[in-house]
Amino acid sequence: MNSETKLKDPLSLKIAPWVSVIGFFVVWQLLIDTEIVPRILLASPVEVGKLLIDKLTNPDPDGAVLMTHTIISLIEALLGYILALITGIPLGLLMGWFVVAEGLARPPFEMIRPIPPVAWIPLAIFWFGIGITGKVFIIWACAVVPCVINAYTGVRMANPTLIQMARTYGASDWQIFTKICIPSALPMVFGGLQIALALAWTTLVAAELIAADAGLGYLITMGRRLLRPDMIVLGMIMVGLTGWFIGNIIDRIERRLTAGLERGGAAT
Amino acid sequence: MTDQTTKIECQNLSKIFKQRSGKVQIPVLESISLSVVENEFLVIVGPGQCGKTTLLRIIAGLETPTTGKVFLDGKEVTGPGPDRGMVFQKYTLFPWKTVMGNVEMGLKIGGMSKRQRREVASHYINLVGLQGFEKAYPHQLSGGMKQRVGIARAYANNPKVLLLDEPFGQLDAQTRYLMEQETARIWSVEKKTVIFVTNSIEEAVYLADRIVTLEGKLPGRLKSTYVVNLPRPREHIDKEFLEMRHTITKETELLL
Repeated sequence: MNSETKLKDPLSLKIAPWVSVIGFFVVWQLLIDTEIVPRILLASPVEVGKLLIDKLTNPDPDGAVLMTHTIISLIEALLGYILALITGIPLGLLMGWFVVAEGLARPPFEMIRPIPPVAWIPLAIFWFGIGITGKVFIIWACAVVPCVINAYTGVRMANPTLIQMARTYGASDWQIFTKICIPSALPMVFGGLQIALALAWTTLVAAELIAADAGLGYLITMGRRLLRPDMIVLGMIMVGLTGWFIGNIIDRIERRLTAGLERGGAAT
Repeated sequence: MTDQTTKIECQNLSKIFKQRSGKVQIPVLESISLSVVENEFLVIVGPGQCGKTTLLRIIAGLETPTTGKVFLDGKEVTGPGPDRGMVFQKYTLFPWKTVMGNVEMGLKIGGMSKRQRREVASHYINLVGLQGFEKAYPHQLSGGMKQRVGIARAYANNPKVLLLDEPFGQLDAQTRYLMEQETARIWSVEKKTVIFVTNSIEEAVYLADRIVTLEGKLPGRLKSTYVVNLPRPREHIDKEFLEMRHTITKETELLL
């Protein structure tokens, strides 16, 4: 970052973030200690920290240790996400190039698309109960949309002159699809993966809040039922940390993959 | 000189573009009849928007004529095919493929084995003077080099006819001269039937065995034909060259 254009004093730039972060926790702690905010409404940072250490090994009162909740949430999110990738991306790519595929798949897709994924939760409970399957279905339903749309748009943006040129070489529709449309669509597809992941994670927590017997959303819900604000806050923090963590991993994977692509530049 | 086997025969071609509503019709070409003999270098000259690119695209099979037919070796053209190689005005390279990958693309589509197509592609990469750049990606090449790749790719596929659509229109003047020289050299090394579209009379006189001009307004009609008998390699400042150029310019309403 170029600090010269932003701040004259680089020292204050280094200190300022720490001041605000530490200040945030101090004010939070003081609000609770002085009982300006009653303990029944919010837990103090110290209490949340204590619970964090306790929940590493203690499954009570919600039935599982913190790691188990986190892993269950991760598995649900990743399963739904991966299912969305392997169904949505091929579908979007095919829709982008083959008129028949577009004609068949587009109307039902457009009909279902405006329904927010969270609205599927009650039906998912009927169909799959409150176990993993229902959540995987909901994650799939929300993550598949950006996968399809971005793959479709990516193919549509393929350079038409490249396609004509391939035609003059006698390329078949299928050859044009695999050799031109798919590589042209890749940058858009990666963009779709990012959007899908963010959607998947937020939708998962919503689903777990409503119907679950484990997971980070369930930890939050149990905190509400047991009137334990410290459990709620711990759950919220874990959701944030885990989401930030996966976002970083995907970012890294994408950068590595597109670095390979960018040797050739995205498009002319 | 060329032998006299007819390669391409255009019979009474016309093309009318319809706007989407179907109400506005734009006649682009009218009663074009034209033939090109084997190994002839034919240049079609006309100003912008005179239908010359459309004519070339009809011959390539990328557009269907409203009336008339195109024949290649006596067979009617019904669509694009590997017997006609096209070099487009815009650099049409695969950005994610190397020079080698681009040049061998047509052969790969045609199903040639990897070893064979490497050999053929290398030959034409050398012919256009790009040896050493086989592994470079298009974004690492200059405009002139990109069009060299395009020419190598068209040649590598061994088409019966090469179609070039203002291939040097995007290049700076110096590079354009150089590429004209290179085109003439490559063509003298490996003779092909060539149809070359340009808006530059100078470029036409430099390259052509025969020049046809199109009228400067729509619908495009054939105007005149000039046979260029100057010895090769040609010089832009030879007296005969300048006279020829002058004659054509005088008789053509080109804005140069």
